[in-house]
Amino acid sequence: MTQPRDLSRRRLLFGGAAVGAGVLLAGCTSNESTPTAAQTKAADNAEGGNAAPGKKVTIGFSAPAADHGWIAAITNNAKAQAGAYSDVDFKTVEAGADAAAQRAALSTLVAQKPDVIVVLPHDGKELNAFGLESMKAGIPVVNLDRAFPDALAYRLQIMGDNYGMGVAAANFIVEQLKAKGVSNPVIGEIPGIDSLELTQQRSKGFADTLATAGFKVANRRPAEFTADSGQQAATGLFQALPKIDAVWNHDDDQGIGVLAAVNQANRKEFFMVGGAGSKKAMEDIQADNTVLKATVTYSPSMASSAISLARLIAQGKGMSDLVELQVPKEIVLASETITKENASNYLKLGF
Amino acid sequence: MSESTGTATPDRPADLPAQSPPVDPAVTASLKEKPRTGGLSFWSGDGGEGAKRNLGLIGVLVVLIVIGAATRWDLYSNPDWVWGNTLTILKLASVVGVVTVGMTFVIIGGGIDLSVGAIVALAGVWATTVATQSYGAGGMIFTAIVVGVAVGLVNGILISYGRLVAFIATLAMMVAARGLAAQISGKQTQVSNNSFINGIASTDLLGIPLLVYILAAVVAAGWVLLNRTTFGRRTVAVGGNPEAARLAGINVRRHTLLLYALSGLCCGIAAIMLTAQANSAQAAMANLYELDAIAAAIIGGTLLSGGRGTIIGSLLGVLIFSTITNLFAINGLSTEAQNMVKGGIIVGAVLIQQVQFRSVTQFLSRNKLTTPA
Repeated sequence: MTQPRDLSRRRLLFGGAAVGAGVLLAGCTSNESTPTAAQTKAADNAEGGNAAPGKKVTIGFSAPAADHGWIAAITNNAKAQAGAYSDVDFKTVEAGADAAAQRAALSTLVAQKPDVIVVLPHDGKELNAFGLESMKAGIPVVNLDRAFPDALAYRLQIMGDNYGMGVAAANFIVEQLKAKGVSNPVIGEIPGIDSLELTQQRSKGFADTLATAGFKVANRRPAEFTADSGQQAATGLFQALPKIDAVWNHDDDQGIGVLAAVNQANRKEFFMVGGAGSKKAMEDIQADNTVLKATVTYSPSMASSAISLARLIAQGKGMSDLVELQVPKEIVLASETITKENASNYLKLGF
Repeated sequence: MSESTGTATPDRPADLPAQSPPVDPAVTASLKEKPRTGGLSFWSGDGGEGAKRNLGLIGVLVVLIVIGAATRWDLYSNPDWVWGNTLTILKLASVVGVVTVGMTFVIIGGGIDLSVGAIVALAGVWATTVATQSYGAGGMIFTAIVVGVAVGLVNGILISYGRLVAFIATLAMMVAARGLAAQISGKQTQVSNNSFINGIASTDLLGIPLLVYILAAVVAAGWVLLNRTTFGRRTVAVGGNPEAARLAGINVRRHTLLLYALSGLCCGIAAIMLTAQANSAQAAMANLYELDAIAAAIIGGTLLSGGRGTIIGSLLGVLIFSTITNLFAINGLSTEAQNMVKGGIIVGAVLIQQVQFRSVTQFLSRNKLTTPA
């Protein structure tokens, strides 16, 4: 109204700049990193046997849509493994933001009558009722990683060993400190989200095992499984402990931030053990140029195994290396310790 | 006060009709407030009794530091450690501090921005994609800032021209921006391989971290913008009484739009700082920063209904929170207890403000107004 000429020129400039920036930015969203296919078991590696195509089966799958590398790897692995079998029809439903949303999503899945359902529940206790209901309706349930309290609620439970992770991390730390001859070490711990049961189990395994060697955790600063929270937690830890001998960080994703904090604080006097087993952590361990000397696994490859076993359940087959004609009811994966020596073997399992 | 309605203040837009409709005296007063006398200390121009409140906040900070010194004297007795710890607290405050400056403007302008954490995450993720990183540090910084401002503009357009309530529009943006960030990142943590960006968090200039300079620069710019420009005075006027501000000739809609863009700009800057600190970005980062920023602004004396607030107060609010975090860390106490203390401090600060406000209104009603029943 007041200065039309000037304004229109300015608008044209701004508009042009905005459109240009928009075009430029839209091109900047590409990420060529593809999920690693190596975490699946090739279906065509054996003549005959369990991998040979059998009865056509439909596998339903549900996992939370959390923004975390580990959960993303779980979903990718499940999809890739199902794709490796020609006789598997894979139906996936997003689990939404909480247990209630997942229950709703699962009921639509049940209505489609799949032969077997693989579910990574938001919370095993809250989805126990779903397991019971589905089993009653004749659809076997494979619980992935978060246990149902009721044994009737699942056909198979396959999970990682949280307590064992803490034990493995503590064993490595104790071994290293003993070798160095440190008698009264200062040990720090950076767990993930502290209210989760899995975090408490990990910390308990860690503390119990340290106690057998007469060691204890000097300070414990929980993060939130994200790199930025890991950086902040580690910075706090370093302020509290001017000299540290060893640190266990529960999660390799937040470990990116912890390692950044190590650089920023210029601390090199200690060594660190990670958790979960991300590809980046394994590469860092192999390169041996950071404080990260080992990581204890909690591998998302369990999703691939769950799909393979779900297929066998639906086809009524057992595991070929076992005598039994059916798949076992419970499988707990051992937490393995990855060090510089064996990192090359595990690199294909990193996520 | 009442006779000032007709006089043109330096802040009044020139194109205002000579005979304007009756203007709310409060707005004119707030518009006139800017060109203050020079003899006052640097924060008292920041609005009325703000100085007293800021002194109170500094008192809280001192108490926290004394508690820290008393509980961990073994650490505090070493001056080198104390200096390093002070810088650590400032670094810890830097990212939330930058976000809070933008948030303070939005709240003073009568709005709220619940999407700041999500904008930081989206800008961080967008700036660390493989494609963006191929353009180097300049490309990453440009991307983060443009994404931040663009999302802020969308918020602003929805609120000022779409007439959505700020709470709802930014709540929707909070969810949507995190969704887009997760979509772009494929839910993975994107590692920043750019040594210049990562160096922002590990570089010191003259013994002071670069992050602290950035915080200081943003706070200084925010203070000047709020207290020494017409933009700042208009922000206060729009937040205090938007209708009166409109009648006084302020383009309230455009001003609101600009406030959200400003908040987005701060988020873009914060995204680069946080990415530098964590050497990576992911969709879940900057979790709940909106609450940290709002809480810091409120205990810093910013009125949630708008029209009043100070940048220095907000900065002190952020510093109090990061000092508490530091205090709990060096004592090895659990974060549960820390969160309870934080909650208590927020409630305490707001209660004190309410008591002050209530006593004033009671005083007025007792002495001047004769309210029937």
